[in-house]
Amino acid sequence: MTDEARPRSAAALALADVVKHYGSRTVLRGVSLQVHPGEIVALLGPNGAGKTTAVEILEGYRVADGGEVRVLGQDPRRGGGALKARVGLMLQGGGLDPRSTPADLVRLYARLHDGARNPGELLAAVGLAGVARTRVRRLSGGERQRLALALALVGEPEVLLLDEPTAGMDPEARRATRALIGDLRAGGRAILLTTHDLADVERLADRVAILDEGRIVVEGTPGDVAAGAEPRLRFRLARALEPQELGALAVALGAASAAATPVSEAGDGAGSYRVDGTPPGPDLVAALATWCAGAGIQIVELRAATATLEERYLELTGDRDVEAVA
Amino acid sequence: MSRPAAPLRAVAALASHELRLTARRGENVLVTIVIPAGVLVFFATIGTVPGIEGRPVDFLVPGSLALAVIASGLVSLGIITAFERSYGVLKRLGGAPLPGWGLVAAKGAAVLALELVQVAVLLAIAAAVLDWRPAAGTSIPLFAVALVGGTAVFAGLGLLLAGTLRAEATLALANGLFLVCLVVGGIVLPVDRLPAPVEAIARALPASALADLFRAALGNPTEILGPILVLASWGLGAAGLAVRAFRWE
Repeated sequence: MTDEARPRSAAALALADVVKHYGSRTVLRGVSLQVHPGEIVALLGPNGAGKTTAVEILEGYRVADGGEVRVLGQDPRRGGGALKARVGLMLQGGGLDPRSTPADLVRLYARLHDGARNPGELLAAVGLAGVARTRVRRLSGGERQRLALALALVGEPEVLLLDEPTAGMDPEARRATRALIGDLRAGGRAILLTTHDLADVERLADRVAILDEGRIVVEGTPGDVAAGAEPRLRFRLARALEPQELGALAVALGAASAAATPVSEAGDGAGSYRVDGTPPGPDLVAALATWCAGAGIQIVELRAATATLEERYLELTGDRDVEAVA
Repeated sequence: MSRPAAPLRAVAALASHELRLTARRGENVLVTIVIPAGVLVFFATIGTVPGIEGRPVDFLVPGSLALAVIASGLVSLGIITAFERSYGVLKRLGGAPLPGWGLVAAKGAAVLALELVQVAVLLAIAAAVLDWRPAAGTSIPLFAVALVGGTAVFAGLGLLLAGTLRAEATLALANGLFLVCLVVGGIVLPVDRLPAPVEAIARALPASALADLFRAALGNPTEILGPILVLASWGLGAAGLAVRAFRWE
């Protein structure tokens, strides 16, 4: 065994201080992340944060310009077929030929492995037995996602790299897919998933890492990450405020706390606001309620509790990705 | 946990998958089987090919075989691969436990298998409908050289287009080149009947070289060294460029 191939870490997936440039643009600025067997880690971040690049470096599609990359102890660029057989991939977009059928594709990928899962059983496990002979182009978005997941699972991999595994699924398929991924963790697989769906993270991930502008800005359990956010008063009104109304509200809240600034939370739709600059104290709540009563605007929702993961995410990434998480 | 399948088994699996998909696509069957057969029957039925001695069918059978190879390698393989690239199919296969050469080997094997079907259909039509018989000097080894060499050249060109251009551009260009080969590639019209400057270009193109090799293999007295050199040069050039320039996504 060469030094290259000797395992250096118990982690199944490891990025250490990884740097990647595209021309003059730096997309990863020293990213370090580990995923251990029996663990699900979610990599979260706005579009363009470097998530897909990080995953593609682990997949062996791209070469890091600096740092160290290990998949099951090996350099993914040099592991060859033996390493690829142990890694299950789910690419964004799936990489599925629209004229194939699920039965064709799962059988093909099964035949590329020695010791693969039974194609028929696998299609049943992901809920595609009924459309096994339907052309991919006639499948729904969620069915294509499940087929891409089946291709990732066909070789009984030890490591799974899942790029947005529940995107485009209806709630029932989403629930079933989360259960399937949870079972894989119970079976000792190391799973790295990228997602925009914060419910995936809250329900599945043991740890979450938020990537922004090429750096991991926070990493921990979803609960720990959410708890790190500043508590803020958040409220939803029966209708969106006119600019002059927002100005009047700012003046009213300023009486309770000089720094209080109401801002619109576009990601939650019209009528959702947050008060920046001050903790959600009783004076602030009273000032808001008084102003709304005077203006005749109903408060539909009012919250002064600890931030959710979504709020923390938006705080860390500067609200740049509100559309993707809405 | 699994291991990679034996390389030849993996290549056979991918080749048979490719072949099944090709057979399912109506436009592939049209361009690889129906058009070469139609060209053969149409021009042989007209009854004359200007500038040749002997029966037109003896000129047209090797020409239609060359056209069939061009249709499989350049048009069908090129267009399928270009769309596979745009759908991310090639990238996904790159993550499967398949040796690096496996994809090209599987595609080459699938094209050769398709060509055997094309040869059988064209020769059967020629014999049954056009009263064609192989000449006394027919050489199966030379026929095999023409088939494999022509496949290497036109599959290499098809992969070069597929790996460097957008899928829609590959579709247009492959069909355009197919038409050029049909008209000036010595398929239905001898290249020496073309205007002198066009003839010089046509002789340097792989289509006429391939058609001439098929003519020699089927017993027509034709010089073969020139066509072999033309085909070998194009084969090395296309393969070399495809290896350097091919982008998987």
